[in-house]
Amino acid sequence: MSDYNFAYLDEQTKRMIRRAILKGLAVPGYQVPFASREMPMPYGWGTGGVQVSAATLTPEDRLKVIDQGADDTTNAVSIRKFFERTAGVATTEATQEATVIQTRHRIPEAELTEDQILVYQVPIPEPLRFLEPRKTETRKMHSLQEYGLMHVKLYEDISQHGAISTAYAYPVRVADRYVMDPSPIPKFDNPKMEMAAIQLFGAGREQRIYAVPPYTRVVSLDFEDHPFEATKADHPCDLCGAGDSYLDEVIMDDAGNRMFVCSDTDYCRSRREEAA
Amino acid sequence: MYVAVKGGERAIENAHAWLAEERRGDISVAELSLAQIREQLSLAVNRVMAEGSLYDPDLAALAIKQSRGDLIEAIFLIRAYRTTLPRFGASRAVDTGAMACDRRISATFKDAPGGQVLGPTFDYTHRLLDFKLAAEGAVPPAPSAPPRREPTPHITEFLGQEGLIQPEPEPESEAVPRDLTREPLEFPADRALRLQSLARGDEGFVLGMAYSTQRGYARNHAFVGELRIGRVTVEMEIPELGFAIEIGEVELTECETVNQFKGSKTEPPQFTRGYGLVFGQSERKAISMALVDRALRWQELGEDNLGAPAQDEEFVLSHCDNIQATGFLEHIKLPHYVDFQSELELVRKLRREAEERIARREAAE
Repeated sequence: MSDYNFAYLDEQTKRMIRRAILKGLAVPGYQVPFASREMPMPYGWGTGGVQVSAATLTPEDRLKVIDQGADDTTNAVSIRKFFERTAGVATTEATQEATVIQTRHRIPEAELTEDQILVYQVPIPEPLRFLEPRKTETRKMHSLQEYGLMHVKLYEDISQHGAISTAYAYPVRVADRYVMDPSPIPKFDNPKMEMAAIQLFGAGREQRIYAVPPYTRVVSLDFEDHPFEATKADHPCDLCGAGDSYLDEVIMDDAGNRMFVCSDTDYCRSRREEAA
Repeated sequence: MYVAVKGGERAIENAHAWLAEERRGDISVAELSLAQIREQLSLAVNRVMAEGSLYDPDLAALAIKQSRGDLIEAIFLIRAYRTTLPRFGASRAVDTGAMACDRRISATFKDAPGGQVLGPTFDYTHRLLDFKLAAEGAVPPAPSAPPRREPTPHITEFLGQEGLIQPEPEPESEAVPRDLTREPLEFPADRALRLQSLARGDEGFVLGMAYSTQRGYARNHAFVGELRIGRVTVEMEIPELGFAIEIGEVELTECETVNQFKGSKTEPPQFTRGYGLVFGQSERKAISMALVDRALRWQELGEDNLGAPAQDEEFVLSHCDNIQATGFLEHIKLPHYVDFQSELELVRKLRREAEERIARREAAE
């Protein structure tokens, strides 16, 4: 075997994935089972996102891949190279220039447009999984909109800790119907999910695809007296000075001194270039 | 001054180069050939074929060499290759009754037509390190005899003649069974799908599950009715021809267990069976698979759900695949600093609030 098909997957597989994507877009937030393939990278490394990207990419696309908000984290580099090699598509680090963005754990800071598709890598697609481990049960709960358990969990958090103790993968309700796992993005990113771009979620190991169409209502679960709050470190970025971006905390020395820098490397770089 | 973590690409390339060097090891030592692996590490090759779901000893040997002997990594290489192959169709069900057996034993009957054939087994070896092997591997030829011509019928057929063992239900239709690698696994799964999943499941996991049934977690007291290892021909119906032709030969291990069954309101007492079928000589896996298969049949046989892990189809099938398991397990070494950062902030906030509460209470006292 020497030649792989465009974007690695064969056309039949891509068609199967596209069907799942279309179904996902038609029923926002619903987890569509799909026959996930074994990819040449391990489960847990983004096989779901890679399959969704492979089924989405066209030769004219320009791809950006980020992990933890950064283009240069090792796994982002590895996935970008995979598509450079198997699809020969153009790649970019600039959020605005990309037509398809594959991400792990972040939504870019720059506002996305109608011409863009954001593909999320998802480890556990089931927001109810840690309340009920069985798929057979959680599927029933979704079909009956039986989300009481989730509200009880959030309530218990408040009664024990005085606040909802979910900091990432914070559950949302999509289009007033399905409760959905937004993938392990920090809850800071949740409000961005009502966006102009198409959002596709791929969970390879768990064999699920789901989607949020553009301009869809996405509400982070909360209570009237304990409203949802998107939080971040209470600092500006030490490199670009941004006060509105999500920050990584970096330990600087043995004395435990820290600095805070943008997790979105492209956002930080472009701000510094503008200032210069 | 903080320097962004650049250079991921070069780090990856260098890591790969070092890995290749480590794989080769000391270059003053002769390099392994694929033929050596295929011929002398054949049980490793068998495991990689079985759990990789691809019958190709040469590719399995290549995968073992490339993975430095890490068999799960080798299985992964085979799976990733297999998934790129087109699916032409399904073979006819192989006739294991017509197997050319290298080994065939029954623990339930002292003798039976076809006889007890030990074959190349470790069973009665004394596990003493053979230091001679370290020096030289020359072996005298094993005694041989002309192969028997008569068939080796399944032991369970004899029990079946008396109605003592539950007949296997006929498949409901002629339709080709679902293919686990081409459709998402949904629960409840039928038995064909369960067996497919177990056949490619991790040997260690399936062994552990089977062992748990022996220790009382849904005990079903299995006798090895029969264990046979040998070669069977694979036939495929070719639509253009209108008849089936032989497309090859595979080595298989098949295990049928005979299990107690108390009977129910509608059924007289009867033995039941568990079934295991694995590529190559993989008898530990085949026996384990048969025990787990039997445990998973509790519902169909009207038995009680004892809440044992091995009875829980969703639990067993969701966790027996070592490629899924190792991927998800090992992925936690990938960067998670964004999630961790959000937890860090939350814990700091909760601690601050708790400290304030304590301070207020102390001030009030």
